[in-house]
Amino acid sequence: MATPVISVGDLSVDYDGHQVLDRVNLDIRPNEILVLLGGSGSGKTTLLRHIIGLEPPGSGNILIRGVDINKCSAEILKQVRRQVGVAFQEAALFNSISTEENVALPLRELTNLADPIIEIMVYMTLAAVGLAESGKLMPHELSGGMKKRAAVARAIVLDPGILVFDEPSAGLDPIVSAELDELILFLKHAFQMTILVVTHEISSAFRIADRIAMLYKGSLIAVENKESFRASTHPRIRQFLDGIPDKVVEAPTVQEHLRELSGMTGAKS
Amino acid sequence: MIQQFAYIGGLSDQFWSGIRALPRVLPVIGKRGRWQEPIRQMTAIGVAALPMIAIMAASAGMILALQGAAELRRFGALRYVIDLVAVGFTRELGPLLTAIVVSGRSGSAFSAEIGTMVVTSEIDALRTLALDPVEFVLAPKYLAAIIMVPCLTIMCTVFGILAGAGFMYLSTRMALGIYLRYVFDSILLRDVFGGLIKSLAFATIIVHVGCIEGFKVRGGPEAVGRSTTSAVVRSTFLVILADLFFTAVFYLARMQ
Repeated sequence: MATPVISVGDLSVDYDGHQVLDRVNLDIRPNEILVLLGGSGSGKTTLLRHIIGLEPPGSGNILIRGVDINKCSAEILKQVRRQVGVAFQEAALFNSISTEENVALPLRELTNLADPIIEIMVYMTLAAVGLAESGKLMPHELSGGMKKRAAVARAIVLDPGILVFDEPSAGLDPIVSAELDELILFLKHAFQMTILVVTHEISSAFRIADRIAMLYKGSLIAVENKESFRASTHPRIRQFLDGIPDKVVEAPTVQEHLRELSGMTGAKS
Repeated sequence: MIQQFAYIGGLSDQFWSGIRALPRVLPVIGKRGRWQEPIRQMTAIGVAALPMIAIMAASAGMILALQGAAELRRFGALRYVIDLVAVGFTRELGPLLTAIVVSGRSGSAFSAEIGTMVVTSEIDALRTLALDPVEFVLAPKYLAAIIMVPCLTIMCTVFGILAGAGFMYLSTRMALGIYLRYVFDSILLRDVFGGLIKSLAFATIIVHVGCIEGFKVRGGPEAVGRSTTSAVVRSTFLVILADLFFTAVFYLARMQ
């Protein structure tokens, strides 16, 4: 089996006595799309923030291409971060600069490339995500889907090899969401990228995933290929896939409610 | 108490990071294109604040002259209103009034801008791009502030002193030339430098407090609102403490 590109080992995270992640072990293989599913509060975003090095772990380790990002020097961490592109849920574009300047930013700051080369690379990257004509627009002039595409362009402009998406479909209509899924598949095939997608959108997960992992209350309860995942009999996976609420609260019937109300009115008069 | 120490520790850590990052936003020796942001900040901190500083300084100058004159006139010492206004503005009111205006206008704006960047994950995006938020966000503001706050302090002092000239003309028909000669006789070069040193310290406090309050934001938009209030309150408080410290040091230096 190929060496994992990202390897999470026994990661536990505790916030003020509340266990958010509990001994999570997860390997992401080269050139695969792994979708991390889970309900609200399951620990998906916390796991993602640890993988991209935004939070120090409580215990355990995270290796990216064999480098433990929590034990390496700041300089090595900088190099590792250049290998990981991140597309945030809110797109996180810098609002004071245009879309093309957003995409050019990593090139200007982290490389010594000449300006004409940067301009060409920015145009090609924007064209790859379908925004070739929108480079001059400011972020507030872009639609939700365009913002996410621009964020992807900024994330891939340094050719990172690993791409991480946080809730890519959040706030998008089904058509734009499907277009974004197509873009994710295109990036995997065209640039041989390893991609981690954190989402709770089941349809999107089955459309793009090679494997699906599921978090439930901070524990990883499944890491399977999508066919096995779809056929899983695990009660929590079935509950998630079938959309069954934890507690079905029985509301009083309308008749009972009316009777209750008329009783209250009678008592008053 | 532990929180206060942690806050001061965070401020000093951010201060040294800011000092280290300053060369990278300078023209020529800094990273390419970075000098544009300090220029934009200088306009926002300095040029845009000038009308407010001018009006406040002129009003404060006139108030000081009126209050001083009310007492000094009784002793036939109306001329000393000039010393009061000139020395008062050069040593004290110029730097302090400027700091209060900059804190209210720009300190709160820094906090709101950075807080919003935290809420919308822009600060996280910088970190994942291997860019240092202090270098990228704070350093341009700091460079702009340490240039523009002393400039504004000079302008504030000039407007305050000119308001004193207006008062003296209206009350005694004193010509501007004579008034200015008295002004130059009353203030010393060390008073000017003392005021400018204070203004540099105040600029440092306003920028670092404004930025740390922004970086500390957790949660949603309401947290950004709280951070702007906190930035203004804390920076004004620290500016006054710093003013006391510098005034005491300069006083002791004059005594020797």
